[in-house]
Amino acid sequence: MTSGGWTWLTDFAVIAILIVGIWLFRYPQRAKAGNLVAATAVVLALVLVVWRHPGLETGLIAVFIAAGSATGWAVAYRVTMIQIPAMVAFQHGAGGVAAFLVAAVELVRESPDPTGLAFVAGILAMVVGAATFSASMIASAKLANRMRSTPVFLPRHNAVLIAAAVLAITFAAGIAGASPVLAVTCATAAIATAAILGIAFAIRVGGADMPVLISFLNATAGLAAALCGIVIQNRLLIACGATVAASGSILTYVMCRAMNRGLSKVFVGIAPPGAARPAEFAAMEEKAAPAAPPPTSSADPFASALAALRGARSVILIPGLGMAMAQAQFEVVALGSRLEQRGVQVRFAIHPVAGRMPGHMHVLLGEAEVDYAKLFDLKDINADFAATDVAVVVGACDVVNPAAATVDGTPISGMEILRAHDAAQVIVCNLDDGPGYSGVPNALYGNPKAILLFADAKATLSRILAGLDEPQ
Amino acid sequence: MIEVALLLGVFGLSFAVGYALISRVPQRLHTPLMSMTNAISAITILGAVLLFSTEATVLEQAVGAAALAMAAFNVVGGFVITHRMLRLFKTRASRRE
Repeated sequence: MTSGGWTWLTDFAVIAILIVGIWLFRYPQRAKAGNLVAATAVVLALVLVVWRHPGLETGLIAVFIAAGSATGWAVAYRVTMIQIPAMVAFQHGAGGVAAFLVAAVELVRESPDPTGLAFVAGILAMVVGAATFSASMIASAKLANRMRSTPVFLPRHNAVLIAAAVLAITFAAGIAGASPVLAVTCATAAIATAAILGIAFAIRVGGADMPVLISFLNATAGLAAALCGIVIQNRLLIACGATVAASGSILTYVMCRAMNRGLSKVFVGIAPPGAARPAEFAAMEEKAAPAAPPPTSSADPFASALAALRGARSVILIPGLGMAMAQAQFEVVALGSRLEQRGVQVRFAIHPVAGRMPGHMHVLLGEAEVDYAKLFDLKDINADFAATDVAVVVGACDVVNPAAATVDGTPISGMEILRAHDAAQVIVCNLDDGPGYSGVPNALYGNPKAILLFADAKATLSRILAGLDEPQ
Repeated sequence: MIEVALLLGVFGLSFAVGYALISRVPQRLHTPLMSMTNAISAITILGAVLLFSTEATVLEQAVGAAALAMAAFNVVGGFVITHRMLRLFKTRASRRE
């Protein structure tokens, strides 16, 4: 279909523009330009395709694109930064739908050579696209708290996954040489079984591992697009899809490394609480339980916290997902500014898996107008805790749990944590003394340095802010 | 056979270039990065457009309509959300301007 030097040249011009967009994306100040450049590349690609194929129903195309675009625009302007992960997961799903529909129609209509690359790619595009769609819907529901985020285990879970994958591929392969009616039936059956595969895959992943799942689905959505590109022999589709697959793979790897867990371990799911827990848990729970109150709680912990902050010269704030749940990001940033006005050195420490998708915490604090120069990644700030007067933990649990280094066999064992316990004092503004997503009791709560303010983080921080304003 | 090699070559090269560039994106940009690449993955919109040839059957057009609307939702929604997020990325110095 597309041959000749001119099409190669224009294709590569579009790909080059896309690369420039991604190139710019490496710097926070230029990322906005990068995004616009990448969007331009996609629009140009669309214009090129319509230009090269004169026999298209352009009127109908314009109507459906307008409908989808208007919805996308409206939704994109309504979502809050807390809803971003659920929204992104939903969009991975939308991409999956587009991929499996296009691949299905191409396979049924063109019936390519069953031994050729296009046919194999078509089968895979259908299966990967449909599984990405259903898994993304589950991920989106879990991320939006519309579904319990604890892992769900089916009997013989791995066997179910393998059977669904094999069946889906078999049905898809049945399209080859089938009559039109049979081909459509096969395609439908393949999509349905692949969707079951995606659901079974995603329900087993727990709430704490959502950053990995959403990154992985980013990669599979890109892969489905690239496979679609092979089916219709379109270089632009292949190039864009492959780039996205690379990006998703990188993020998946970064998230796994930050949690010190292999990909297979993440996807096998964390055993539910109660089932085969290490013996150390019981001892730790006793230590962390409020039944044995830490020394600081003999005085009013709120007064101790206020005194600690008044006397501090350096403070590190550690926000976690609980901060977002309590909508306390504005109070956290306000506390930072207030302390700075008092001449305190204030920094924010961001754990790579804080929040529900890679980099989520930066966006949440950005909404509260934080100064980005004050946000530090784990590796850049962890050594500084020892020389810090007060660490303030706001809605973070697993990422500051020293048990990650001291207890083996837990879901967070070996994960690098923010060393809040190295600071002279630690103020904990968490909702309660319960464990984080991992289910591991927080050893920090038993530390005599810790001042525990268990309540809604937004209310606690408002009280602290008011307290700092009062004359001493 | 040459065509097959070319297609796979485009895939391999793009993956490699994408990997080299994106592995240098800092952690703080990871959420907008995923949102943007999500929008780029909806490039399947090109495939959806091609389903609307004038000889397409009603069923093909109906499926094509769904694919087209989904992909357009994904492209526009993805780039717009990314733009909104990136507007939040400011330092005190840039805010004063």
